[in-house]
Amino acid sequence: MSHALGGHALGPEPRPEPFAHRRPAPLGRLDPRARLLAVTAFAGVVVCLKSPWVLALALLLAGLAAALARLPVGPTLKRMLAMDGFVVLMLLMLPFTTPGTPMFELWGLPASQEGLLAALRIGLIANAVVLALLALAGAMEATTLGHALGRLGAPSRLVHLLLFTIRYIDVLGQENRRLRTAMKARAFRPRNSLHTWRSYGYLVGMMLVRALERAERIVGAMKCRGFTGRLYCLDRLSWQTTDSAFLLLALALLAALVGLDMPGGPLSDWVGHAHPV
Amino acid sequence: MHIVDGALAPEVVIGGAVLAVGGLAMGLKSLPTEKIPAAGVLSAAFFVASLIHVPIGPSSVHLILGGLAGLVLGWAAFPALFVGLLLQAVFFGFGGLTVLGVNTVNIALPAVLVWYLCRHGLQSQRPGVAAAWGALGGGLAIALTTACVGLALALSGDQFLPAARLVFLAHIPVMIIEALISGAAVLLAHRVKPELFATLATRP
Repeated sequence: MSHALGGHALGPEPRPEPFAHRRPAPLGRLDPRARLLAVTAFAGVVVCLKSPWVLALALLLAGLAAALARLPVGPTLKRMLAMDGFVVLMLLMLPFTTPGTPMFELWGLPASQEGLLAALRIGLIANAVVLALLALAGAMEATTLGHALGRLGAPSRLVHLLLFTIRYIDVLGQENRRLRTAMKARAFRPRNSLHTWRSYGYLVGMMLVRALERAERIVGAMKCRGFTGRLYCLDRLSWQTTDSAFLLLALALLAALVGLDMPGGPLSDWVGHAHPV
Repeated sequence: MHIVDGALAPEVVIGGAVLAVGGLAMGLKSLPTEKIPAAGVLSAAFFVASLIHVPIGPSSVHLILGGLAGLVLGWAAFPALFVGLLLQAVFFGFGGLTVLGVNTVNIALPAVLVWYLCRHGLQSQRPGVAAAWGALGGGLAIALTTACVGLALALSGDQFLPAARLVFLAHIPVMIIEALISGAAVLLAHRVKPELFATLATRP
């Protein structure tokens, strides 16, 4: 799965990258910093919204961004649906665990309207933010994400750590595949057995050992080439008028969402403020 | 165990973000410049290892390996696991953006606690003893992570309590599996490259 992280795989054949594609999408031409700021503002505002109608509008906006980023429809939907099992469980249980007006009964358990709305609200927020995140940040190359975060003021050590991690995910993914092939060649078949779990433990241990040994070689090689602890960003980020315009438009749309969601606003009827979350 | 955006109360989200920033600062302080490449490569290794699916009963689980990350990285587990969660959120859509702080704390704080509790045991000359401490750390980290997830939910509202309890019970087999896998990983590293637990995990 690591191939989704960027366009610098070391493998022999470049694999298709569903999210880090190079086709210039309308959103792809914007400065990555503008996109990161916009998605952060979007997430910050959307989690505070109450009315499901306004949240549906927010999801629609995120869908628009996804279309403008030319995200492939199938893989994107799959990523949105792949919520953690426990989150799905939590949402399914909410109607039955939230006190309030009963709406229907399932095996004698009353489901409350408030709980159903709370679950709907969480589902809408989670999907709107994930979609916006995939559209605005996920469509950029992973290294660009690191550079943009660095330019936005993230601590340089954290950015360096991020860039090193991104650089070596593919390499260690190949290490993992090599070890798995070696296991398969020795007739390893995963089962529910102590042997399986011990073998996976050895696999993980071996990956860590090889990672550390590789790191020693990397540091040696980098020192030979004059590495003093600083990676120089060779990007050409330049903030244009269109970036300011995009950010202003995004903030205006978010302000409109907040306005619609205000108590007494056109879309904040009985449903919005009925639950305690 | 990624909590999604919108589920938690604002106070919990903000509290988690503050704790995460503190942990990140401690972790970055423990990482001198010349160790950042090694921390990055190991962070990538944990990222890849967390994509491994292990059979458990009729289903399968993906590994978290928070305990092992703590034992190898010490406080540096905070930035390393944060980076992993950030990449998963941005490129895979796992979790969310505002909950990134809470999710980081839920996984990295148990990792650091495990490091404090089990690091001396790992220095044992006897491989069996070191592996037992590794297994304890691996299992304990999942138990603490599940408890943190439950706490974050419980602080956000009583209506989440039954789900939080069920999540903890459902993760008991995962704790056992992670304990076995962490123990075996420590056993192998102890024989092949014992420096794995002394290179990066140092006091900040």
